[in-house]
Amino acid sequence: MAHQSHLRFHIRFPEDKIRQPIIYQIGHEYNVVTDVRRADVRDTTGWADVEFSGETTEIERAVEGLRKKGCVVDPIELNVVE
Amino acid sequence: MSKMKALVCRECGKEYPTKAIHVCEMCFGPLEVKYNYDEIKEVISRKTIADGPNSMWRYLDLLPVEGTNFVGPHAGLTPLVRAKNLGAYLGLNELYIKNDTVNHPTLSFKDRVVAVALTRARELGFETVACASTGNLANSVSAHAAAANLHCYVFIPGDLEAAKVLGNLIYKPHVVEVEGNYDDVNRLCSEIAGEHGWAFVNINIRPYYAEGSKTLAFETVEQLGWKTPDQVVIPMASGSLLTKIWKGLHEMKYVGLIDQVRTKVNGAQAEGCSPISTAFKGGYDFFKPVKPKTIAKSLAIGNPADGYYALKATAESYGAMDMVTDEEVVEGIQLLAQTEGIFAETAGGVTIGVLKKLVKQGIIKKNEVTVAYITGNGLKTQEAVIDAVGRPTRIQPSLVAFEKTFKLRKNGGGDA
Repeated sequence: MAHQSHLRFHIRFPEDKIRQPIIYQIGHEYNVVTDVRRADVRDTTGWADVEFSGETTEIERAVEGLRKKGCVVDPIELNVVE
Repeated sequence: MSKMKALVCRECGKEYPTKAIHVCEMCFGPLEVKYNYDEIKEVISRKTIADGPNSMWRYLDLLPVEGTNFVGPHAGLTPLVRAKNLGAYLGLNELYIKNDTVNHPTLSFKDRVVAVALTRARELGFETVACASTGNLANSVSAHAAAANLHCYVFIPGDLEAAKVLGNLIYKPHVVEVEGNYDDVNRLCSEIAGEHGWAFVNINIRPYYAEGSKTLAFETVEQLGWKTPDQVVIPMASGSLLTKIWKGLHEMKYVGLIDQVRTKVNGAQAEGCSPISTAFKGGYDFFKPVKPKTIAKSLAIGNPADGYYALKATAESYGAMDMVTDEEVVEGIQLLAQTEGIFAETAGGVTIGVLKKLVKQGIIKKNEVTVAYITGNGLKTQEAVIDAVGRPTRIQPSLVAFEKTFKLRKNGGGDA
């Protein structure tokens, strides 16, 4: 059985995609469960803290899919390289 | 009862036991240490601090460790230098430099946070410590781990400069060069921290690690004769240092060491990586991540974890933020060296550059007691100033040549 993971991300949406259901789309396009825990969406900016559950490789594909839609995806800790 | 009450979510306030966790399970907000201030107040005093060790551990009652088996026992208690020459140049009557270029053992303020992180990690039973770093943090974790006989993994981007890699290898940690850029290292380390039972100082140990920065505030106040400064200028990377100095100042009030906090905290960034300062100047309470491009690499964090909290602390204190160009960074390094004899790394150039700007703008005033935090040693970033310092004056090996070059006359004064 493939390795199951629960990975948490901070996702920032591009201004022109704020009104699109991107998290919903990702949950349908890839075999991952998305769980939004915190978010802030305004007129020109938006972000969400989300946990993705599923096979590690599928989560990686989903993250790549988010990036292709123009989202910036970081670990939940944001930048840790100091 | 322990002086540490809990880890508490900075967003929703949910409390957790004081273990190696850093994210709230409810809202994914960051955790920080909450203390039993009423109990600490009963045991701490100016005298107990003065009678303590000549290191940052004299503030043990306000640090998140349980015992006294310290890793990094000599960190902190660096000089607070009365900067008369630089003050005169800038037009400030009472300017001080908090000089962490001489912090022990690796010459940056990171020795404070790493000493706390590794002491706590050992208390929690960890035998392996790790960090993701491009410079000062890796040096400090490697050195402290060597001295404490802890296994150590340091993750660095594959394109890091040779000198910086050497500064880690000398302590013989496992230096893991990740084939990829900064973002790849960032993501990988977050995943490793989630999967392995290691103490990642800036990930799962971060709530403890960050508390070490408070000692800069504690020392400043003690060294000023138990008074808070009017103005402080602090370099910002993740923004954690600024928020913890603000927290430290208030903790001294909570436990009765001082009566009031009258300090304005000011943040400094380089223009090539200034997400927090840019947000502040635009009047926003949130920042937009950036791709760093600056010589101030120790401050080059494009998506800073504590950026939001740094904005909040600065606003609460009625402080300000600003940023400087790379040319101004180099000028700041030179100015500090040539007026006070302190050779700072690029982050110090950022601090001095922004200090200069804030004075010029009238935000910091002539008679205000001002402290600038210089967080790392210039010997670590010599490449930044190599084109700005000129060359030695070359002469033939004769007295005549020497006197002719410098237009000196015999018996013209001096110490002879």
